[in-house]
Amino acid sequence: MSQLNQKTSDKDFVLSVEGLTVSFDGFKAVDDLSLYVEEQEIRVIIGPNGAGKTTVLDLICGRTKATEGSIKFKKKELTRLKEHQIVHAGVGRKFQTPSIYEDLSVFENLEISYPRGRNVWGALTFKRDQQVQDKILEIAEMVFLTDKLHDQADLLSHGQKQWLEIGMLLIQDPELLMLDEPVAGMSVAERKQTAELLQSITKQRSVLVIEHDMQFVEDIADRVTVLHQGKVLSEGSMQRVKNDPKVIEVYLGH
Amino acid sequence: MSSQISAAPAQNSSPVDWWKYLLLAVILLVVLPLALDIFRLNLIGKYLTYAFVAIGLVLCWGCGGILSLGQGVFFGLGGYCMAMFLKLEASNPEATAIQSTPGIPDFMDWNQLTELPWFWQPFHSLSFTLLAVIAVPVIFAFIIGVAMFTRRVGGVYFAIITQAIAAILTILIIGQQGYTGGVNGITDLRTFVGWDIRTESAQYLLYFVNVALLFACLFAALYIKRCKLGRLLVAMREKEDRVRFSGYNVASFKIFVFCIGAAFAAIGGAMFTLQVGFMSPSFVGIVPSIEMVIFCAVGGRLSLLGAVYGTLLVNLAKTSFSESFPELWLFAMGALFIGVVLAFPDGLAGLYQTYIQPWFKHFINREKVGLTPPAPIPEKTTTPAKEPVASSLSSSLEESRNVPA
Repeated sequence: MSQLNQKTSDKDFVLSVEGLTVSFDGFKAVDDLSLYVEEQEIRVIIGPNGAGKTTVLDLICGRTKATEGSIKFKKKELTRLKEHQIVHAGVGRKFQTPSIYEDLSVFENLEISYPRGRNVWGALTFKRDQQVQDKILEIAEMVFLTDKLHDQADLLSHGQKQWLEIGMLLIQDPELLMLDEPVAGMSVAERKQTAELLQSITKQRSVLVIEHDMQFVEDIADRVTVLHQGKVLSEGSMQRVKNDPKVIEVYLGH
Repeated sequence: MSSQISAAPAQNSSPVDWWKYLLLAVILLVVLPLALDIFRLNLIGKYLTYAFVAIGLVLCWGCGGILSLGQGVFFGLGGYCMAMFLKLEASNPEATAIQSTPGIPDFMDWNQLTELPWFWQPFHSLSFTLLAVIAVPVIFAFIIGVAMFTRRVGGVYFAIITQAIAAILTILIIGQQGYTGGVNGITDLRTFVGWDIRTESAQYLLYFVNVALLFACLFAALYIKRCKLGRLLVAMREKEDRVRFSGYNVASFKIFVFCIGAAFAAIGGAMFTLQVGFMSPSFVGIVPSIEMVIFCAVGGRLSLLGAVYGTLLVNLAKTSFSESFPELWLFAMGALFIGVVLAFPDGLAGLYQTYIQPWFKHFINREKVGLTPPAPIPEKTTTPAKEPVASSLSSSLEESRNVPA
């Protein structure tokens, strides 16, 4: 088994998760999970509540420490790194509820996420130069917030906050982008816009998305992984997963 | 509204109101020295040494959300380092000839010590002392910071632990009477490198040195608050996880700002010793540490200048109030703190922002409109009109954003 895994991780996967287990007081939230994400792939993780979807993202980005198993990102073992080191390695994470700095302006939110001056000295000597400003303008345009740039972030609508957080991730230019329910609480129009946004930003990177909205999943997913009780229940194209009897039973329903 | 697509700076980067700093400088350097006799001016100087601590708290607590209830520790350590130097100078063999061991501080002699302890030895040197005034508290803060912040101890737990440290240090100082002077502290300090600090002229000079150092710390704090690190502190206060997952080592920033706060407090402590002429454990413990937080809260915990004014006003009130009702003062202080937190969480600076500044702006705008009528009206009117509404919602965050310094 482990030899087999060894072989598969030699292939050109951006992310290879193998035998990942985490147990909280004996309860295995994620149980011997293996998952491989290719370059420039959009992978969507679906599954019923409590299937361990968010925990998987927490494990990858270092928020939760794995009990067992390995997470390799571009051949780099992530399980031993600290959160900020994982970010430096090229993994970006968006939280389920919009996680932005409401006391700061949209501009400042993006500026803080700009990947320069990340240590104390760097932050003390950080200069808001043309390069930074151009990048912020570029990202603001991508996430439809150009005319909100100098507004306080707490004045944004829920959907705009979600976009802002996506923008904050984009400015870091991660190779792997992890999004936890990016369209939750969005209007239909906003969902469509977000789907387009994701399509355009995923051209140069791999994306791991957790989502419940099936229409949205169909719109964006290259492949879908269905989790159930911490294990992979099914994996493949949306078409295949949709017709998998096991998936229909535990998740999609009647 | 603002369809301007320039990358112009936002709130936190709006230009500094230098006139406010100038005003403070004029008050401290011209008005007070002319208006007050040396006894009162010396008192003001003493209050201003607490303002150093309050400025540090604006950065730690106001911006970074790190509430330390143990800033007295750093104030005291800085003060003690200075006091040890002065005490050694005052304890030359001639002046202490009547002691059974001449040449050591009097309290050591009373406690049957026969030689100077090793950790007192380097305080014969002025340069070592000046270094130690900053280095000892900063190193101590660094150790606490590393121990707490890398383990992600924060919020109320951090506050309690710092309070405990303040209590422990007080007990230690009082208990080790032979080495520290015990509950009386280190008293009877006379000269600083041969210069008598008890004379009027010395007190005048020390007052001005104190104000100069205060402004140096104010400007350093202003720089930190307005550079990216300052915005990061605000970001950490709000969404620590987001900052962490944006690739920052959150602990290192907290340690840094905590050490800066300690350094400011230490300078204040050293200036206290020089101006007041003694240092004792009553400036180290829990009560003074909490008082310092109150000075900062009354002034407005997000405003550097507010912290200075808050410190001055609370201390003036304390002096006049406790002269007439000594036993009531602590209750009044507690009530003041509760009142500030409940009624005006952004302190004096918040009140200024809410009530005085809009009126000011309105006044200035009217002047401007009179000069150049058509253009600026639609743009300008939006700003002052918005502010009272926002503040009447008593959204503390809303107000705090506008506090400039």
